[in-house]
Amino acid sequence: MFAFILRRLAVAIPTLLLLIVFSFVLMQMAPGGPFTGERALPPAVLANLEAQYGLNDPLWLQIWNYLVNVVVHFDFGPSFVYPDRTVNQLIANGFPVTLTYGGLSFIAAVVMGVALGVVAAIWHNSWIDYLAVGISIGAQVLPNFVMAPLLVLVFTLWYGLLPGGGWSFSNPSFWIMPVIALSTSYMASIARITRSSMLEVLGSNHIRTARAKGMPEHRVIIRHALKPAMLPVISYLGPVFVSMITGSVVIDIYFSTGGIGKAFVDSALNRDYAVMMGVTILVGALTILFNLIVDVLYAWIDPKIRY
Amino acid sequence: MVIDQSKMQSLSDRFVEAEVKGRSPWADARKRFFRNKAAMLGLMILVLVSLFAIFGGYVAQWSNEELDFSVMGQVAQMGQPSLENGHFFGTDNLGRDLYARVVQGTRISLMVGVVGAAIAVIVGTLYGATAGYVGGRTDQIMMRTVDILMSIPYMFVLILLLVMFGRSMSMLFLGIGLISWLDMSRIVRGQTLSLKNREFIEAARATGVSSFRIIIRHIVPNLLGVVAVYATLLVPLMILTESFISFLGLGVQEPLTSWGALISEGAGTMNYGTLWQLAFPLFFFVITLFGFFFVGDGLRDALDPKER
Repeated sequence: MFAFILRRLAVAIPTLLLLIVFSFVLMQMAPGGPFTGERALPPAVLANLEAQYGLNDPLWLQIWNYLVNVVVHFDFGPSFVYPDRTVNQLIANGFPVTLTYGGLSFIAAVVMGVALGVVAAIWHNSWIDYLAVGISIGAQVLPNFVMAPLLVLVFTLWYGLLPGGGWSFSNPSFWIMPVIALSTSYMASIARITRSSMLEVLGSNHIRTARAKGMPEHRVIIRHALKPAMLPVISYLGPVFVSMITGSVVIDIYFSTGGIGKAFVDSALNRDYAVMMGVTILVGALTILFNLIVDVLYAWIDPKIRY
Repeated sequence: MVIDQSKMQSLSDRFVEAEVKGRSPWADARKRFFRNKAAMLGLMILVLVSLFAIFGGYVAQWSNEELDFSVMGQVAQMGQPSLENGHFFGTDNLGRDLYARVVQGTRISLMVGVVGAAIAVIVGTLYGATAGYVGGRTDQIMMRTVDILMSIPYMFVLILLLVMFGRSMSMLFLGIGLISWLDMSRIVRGQTLSLKNREFIEAARATGVSSFRIIIRHIVPNLLGVVAVYATLLVPLMILTESFISFLGLGVQEPLTSWGALISEGAGTMNYGTLWQLAFPLFFFVITLFGFFFVGDGLRDALDPKER
């Protein structure tokens, strides 16, 4: 197991370094520097700015400095547009918010999706099954950017039950709509995957044996069917995680929750490359880490995998 | 007992004929597909939406850039959908005809979806088939590269690309094309691995056919089923990707528009009582996604009957 984790890390770390180098080179290739605004700066000022940000060094030295700063000091440097703020501050402001509603959405999607899928598989071809399949097909075409306006329309504009935007850590009514908007379509996919894999497992030999022994049905399902049925779901968790982080950008914009997605889009519109790169690298690191966890989890649950 | 000769003759004819004609797996699949009600409904929706995108513009009374000054400033009262003033779907907040804009947005969204899927099909198939057929170290390196690319949060990189090199259609296509082929190449590689040790490939190799020709002539045609199913399911994903970016305001630029941009606009103005601005783009978006999902699922069921 330990060797397996090490081997995965041996792939993950170069990937991350590659991502950092790639986005840095991309930034260098982009037409127009960060200081080419509408008004041209005096040459002396420009020269000073470029010296300050180290833009005159050779490219490899710049990359090296950036890498060392990011990896060793965990420092993404200053923002190009707001000189008094560092990228770290911007990320530190937004990240707890994203983590809160993102984590809740992830849990909600997995728990409800699995529950819906299992229930549908147990009562296969009954009205419960049809209802669950109907919900999951319907929810498939409701991505976060469609759910968000619809929820605001119903719960804020028509019924006035929930605040239509903003964020407060102490008041969970601000959390409800972001979580629903972000989790619905993934819940649907997880439910579909769970249902079909559960149906397959329920038809397999070891379940028949367990039933033949006279084991009560709920024990059959919990002890024998659930674990193997979870394998396809677990391998789907990586993509869900990535899409949720991406989706959080929409949530941040639409609900003004102020997570890192907000920092990302603002920086994209302002051409604040330092912030864009910082967020991209952070998200990339999280993705790679999460995929590692998923792989380990998969190897731990699936007895067929020899690592 | 007298046997009716003519009846026996027709019976034997039928047997002979049936045996001669046979039924190819493709014919079987087509039959199953056409019997699938959801898939047929999906196909019909897609045909109608495509017709709308192609010919809808001829019906429009206004262009998608014109401002209707008579409704400006009182869009909520005057800009409603009506047949009289030619704004079939009403106007948007600036007084532009929403019908013309929806037609135009539908074109862009469908085009992005189809082009993205086409890139995935071409690049992914060739890449995956090559990796699978050549095997060995080449395969290792090629698939490791795909693994690495897949673990990058592509939406962020895509937005990074769009911002740095300017927002244009070609950049959008390139960006979406860059990531869309990854899954396809994995699926194709898996299929190729199971194909490459079959007798007909061996025969081709024994007669001295070059590797490239084997891949193009013998492997790729046998992958068509899987590729077709996956491509149908890929189109809506590409549409979703593009809509997502446009929703953030980072996609196609005005006066061009797309479903994501229209939904975003409609969502921004819905508390002024102009719900139709959200409803029409959303309607087309949702039914098209449904259509693609239904057709994709139908194709999969038709081509792989045991997977029901």
